Amino acid sequence: MNLTRRQILALSAGATAFAASGLGISIAAADAAATQKNIMAFTGGKTPKSGMITLTAPEIAENGNTVPVSVSVASEMTEQSYVQSVMLLAEENPNPGVATFHFTPMSGEASATTRMRLARTQNVIAVAKMNDGSVFMDKKQVKVTIGGCGG
Amino acid sequence: MAKPKPRVKLPKSAAAGEVITIKTLISHKMESGQRKGKDGKIIPRRIINKFTCEFNGKPVFTCDIEPAISANPYFEFSAKVMESGNFKFAWLDDNGETYSIDRPITVK
Amino acid sequence: MLNKNFTTATIAFAVGSVMAIAGATAEPVNDALVIDGETLITVTKSIEGHPLDEVRSGWLYRTKETRELEADSFQNPGMLYVERGEEIYNTADGKAGKSCASCHNDATASMKGVGASYPKWDADAQRPINIELRINKCRTENMGATPYKFDAADQKALTTYIKHQSLGMPVTVDLSKGKLQNWWERGNKLYYSRTGQLDLSCASCHELNNGKYIRADHLSQGNVNGFPTYRLKQANVVSLHNRFRGCIRDTRAEYPKAFSDDLMALEVYTTWRSSGLSVETPAVRQ
Repeated sequence: MNLTRRQILALSAGATAFAASGLGISIAAADAAATQKNIMAFTGGKTPKSGMITLTAPEIAENGNTVPVSVSVASEMTEQSYVQSVMLLAEENPNPGVATFHFTPMSGEASATTRMRLARTQNVIAVAKMNDGSVFMDKKQVKVTIGGCGG
Repeated sequence: MAKPKPRVKLPKSAAAGEVITIKTLISHKMESGQRKGKDGKIIPRRIINKFTCEFNGKPVFTCDIEPAISANPYFEFSAKVMESGNFKFAWLDDNGETYSIDRPITVK
Repeated sequence: MLNKNFTTATIAFAVGSVMAIAGATAEPVNDALVIDGETLITVTKSIEGHPLDEVRSGWLYRTKETRELEADSFQNPGMLYVERGEEIYNTADGKAGKSCASCHNDATASMKGVGASYPKWDADAQRPINIELRINKCRTENMGATPYKFDAADQKALTTYIKHQSLGMPVTVDLSKGKLQNWWERGNKLYYSRTGQLDLSCASCHELNNGKYIRADHLSQGNVNGFPTYRLKQANVVSLHNRFRGCIRDTRAEYPKAFSDDLMALEVYTTWRSSGLSVETPAVRQ
């Protein structure tokens, strides 16, 4: 069948709309559920509170391939009270898990910096677990852009 | 991929009880297992899946790593040093290899 | 015939409109690039005959996080390739059993300034020669080693290592040697020639629209003082000819072969345009 340019454009516009309405939404929902599952597994079912932990990430990522992120938890890091682990998640990546940092009282400070991959604009989440089982969370949205010439 | 090369930055000496900053970097593609090759087949995953830092044999900082960590993985973290000794840094590769670096530190 | 021209014109107009509508302009930042205590030249008066008054490094057009990554010589992932290049430099290769070091000794001394003054005139080949081709010439003529294929990992690492020895030094190209002036003219012409379905020349973006955004990329002047560059997108060092080919490909034109006459001419010309800026190799860009 010979399609005119006009027909092809109409078809692809329709296809895009379909993807956005149907498939698109269901993928987002799956990611949110997977992220929640990861968090609950990490916290042992507890809902993390806000506070104590600060997640630092750029507002706009120059490139989604390499996005610098830092976490810092307000803790004295003594034998009695210290941060055990901090889990990093990216809500809308193919898999939400990014990394889990495990600290010890010998860490001195519960802070770490790394660089991560982000598939698209989304929330980056950091969850901290203390040695007494309490859990805290911070969240930041990072905009991931598409470069100009695709070069 | 050429053999992954690690590099570490930390002070040569510190005061007892001082919290020092340690920076680490290693060359590694961190093949996520999400990409397809020219033949349309998935390129198998191969990443550094764990990073450990020990001081005088005791764990200081560990990181469990997923494919969402960027290529040439970078980790920056802290350590509180109470005595002189030896830091050992190790990166565990999916393929079973371990790359490691030792660094001494003098603590006054 | 008429149809094809109309289509091209429509696309060009559309692109032009998008760029104008996107309108977002941001001045490149006023920031100093200091690496290990040394301040690099990122803004300078342009060379005599340059169409712009001032030349600015692409570093100034990047986000704070990206700029910081380049300024930290430990964190800069490009430095991993410098280290790898150093390894290669000191490893014997080829029938003569020599390494680069066998003749050139300590690179920090012998290679200082080299990266800042290429491309040069190659009298043997009667054409310009860049670092990659110079390495291959040494390999075949002096080491009895096979020349590197374009963009071989080792070629990129070694080129990065050699150029890095000129870090901070101003880019300069001596057009008085051989017939380099002719090649400059060829490159000059190419720089302003529109190509591809998108009908864009280098100047369309880098001279007429630097400072504006093309989609989300902050357009720089397209200077070449940082190549090979660590690109966040590839999470790898990227060579200059790779970048030329990528840019031309993105205008949806057929792109020339690496080290072809056209690209060598373009290298001569764009290096001249970057005169005065510090060598930043390995730069960090998006």
